[in-house]
Amino acid sequence: MTVAPTTEVSRLLREEFDSVLDAWFATQKREGVRRPDLFSDRESRRQLSDLLRAFSDALSRIDITEAVDIDADNWSELRMALSEITLVRTERGVAPWEMTAFMLALKQPVFEMLSKNLADRTDRLLAEAADFGRVVDALAMHINEYFIAERDEIIERQRAEMMELSTPVVQLWERVLTIPLIGTLDSMRAQEVMENLLNSIVEHSAEVVIVDITGVRVVDTQVAQHLLRTAAAVRLMGAEAIISGISPKIAQTMVELGVDVGEVTTRPSIRAALAEAFRRVGFQISRIEDTRV
Amino acid sequence: MSGPPAQPAGRVELRQERDVAAARIAVSKAMDALGARALRKTRFVTAVSEIARNALDHGGGGVLEIYRLDRPRRIMIRCIDQGPGIADIDQAMTDGFSTARSMGKGLGGARRLVDAFRIESRVGAGTTIEMEANP
Amino acid sequence: MSEAASIYTVDKVLLVAIRDNITDTDIINLQEDLSERIVNEAARGVVIDIAALEIVDTFVGRILAQLSSISRLLAAETYIVGMRPAVAMTLVELGMDLPGSKTALSLSHALRALKAKGLA
Repeated sequence: MTVAPTTEVSRLLREEFDSVLDAWFATQKREGVRRPDLFSDRESRRQLSDLLRAFSDALSRIDITEAVDIDADNWSELRMALSEITLVRTERGVAPWEMTAFMLALKQPVFEMLSKNLADRTDRLLAEAADFGRVVDALAMHINEYFIAERDEIIERQRAEMMELSTPVVQLWERVLTIPLIGTLDSMRAQEVMENLLNSIVEHSAEVVIVDITGVRVVDTQVAQHLLRTAAAVRLMGAEAIISGISPKIAQTMVELGVDVGEVTTRPSIRAALAEAFRRVGFQISRIEDTRV
Repeated sequence: MSGPPAQPAGRVELRQERDVAAARIAVSKAMDALGARALRKTRFVTAVSEIARNALDHGGGGVLEIYRLDRPRRIMIRCIDQGPGIADIDQAMTDGFSTARSMGKGLGGARRLVDAFRIESRVGAGTTIEMEANP
Repeated sequence: MSEAASIYTVDKVLLVAIRDNITDTDIINLQEDLSERIVNEAARGVVIDIAALEIVDTFVGRILAQLSSISRLLAAETYIVGMRPAVAMTLVELGMDLPGSKTALSLSHALRALKAKGLA
């Protein structure tokens, strides 16, 4: 294992661990990012102590006068300690900015200690303060990235959930499926709809699928193209698509836009589409003779 | 074009039509290793099939290199031939244009199936195509 | 006949099973073999099963369309069956929706359709 050159910072964190810890804690208190409402002093101190210990260990191994890459392997233990505390604190409701300030609060007390201990060596003081500041900044950035990654994950998960919610494929009858489309149909959603629908065709051995666009707000050329492509893909799978819910207004718009639906079957309502679907799979709906008189 | 990110994770010589199938298999495996979804894999491998066949039919053969990119996790392929090159790339990318048997949906179709598409061609010097996809 | 595709006769219907990673030569050979079998056996129905195909590019797509057209000219109704969802989506994106070819979900769906028309 490599040993980093001894600096005043690494000496402070090793030999004056407790006073650095106290000072960090005090700074957080002063800056109002300690959140005593969420964590007892003992808990907060333990978190700080774990983090500072990992920091101290890292500094005894890594030469921070060189370029620092927080994402490199030799920082992994400190990164993990930081992620763990970030997770614990945010789960109880600490805001991202508070967490960043929580980390940055280590700078000031260490700078103060450095300027006292290196008062007669200005060159070294400036160099060490700069190096240490860079590392703390990098750790604060790491906290930010952690939040961004976590938010992205949440957004992606919600998007997937919404997508599933908004494109439910329903089996109406043996071999007949429907997918009621609601809202807007952009390219990404159109693709999800298509994928969802085609997989359901396989799953249910469906022969007819009704794509209902009653709830689609706008049908422009692009949306029409998506619908026609969906119908084409359904046909390639060996099933038939019926597009239903084409209002008189949408029919007019489509003609004005020059959209040619070709051989795709269309119906004004889902009711008319269902009747057509029954006819194709060989079912018939008939009224039971009224015997009540 | 941008330099390769690292050593290729795979390399397929395109000399005869059997090699087009070999290229598909190699890219398919690379995408499996990235944990790609079925649809994404099918789209990308189909695009690879198009450009590999294009290199064979129009470029007189070539080589296909497969790269795995981290950050973001992606697959990239580069297909190089030393054929006659394409004089009018825009025209070649248009559906319906073909100088040989591919029915002219190959290159334009391939571009629609991938997340990034770059083509560079010099008449008399050959064609290089790069394509990328998220897994 | 190569390993890449096999032709069976069931109830006077020719079943063509295409394996994955078929080469261009294989599929061109298949075209010849199939047309000869249709004529020799006076088959009125053909079912081409592509469930094994993970990839259908424009070349294979065009051959499939041609197989359908040739069979139809030889008076055999042809169904392409078993296309995977991802393949269907990709073909549509490529602008190849095989307008002249009949399709069915599976072999049994196609056979049922052929029987209904008295062709099997």
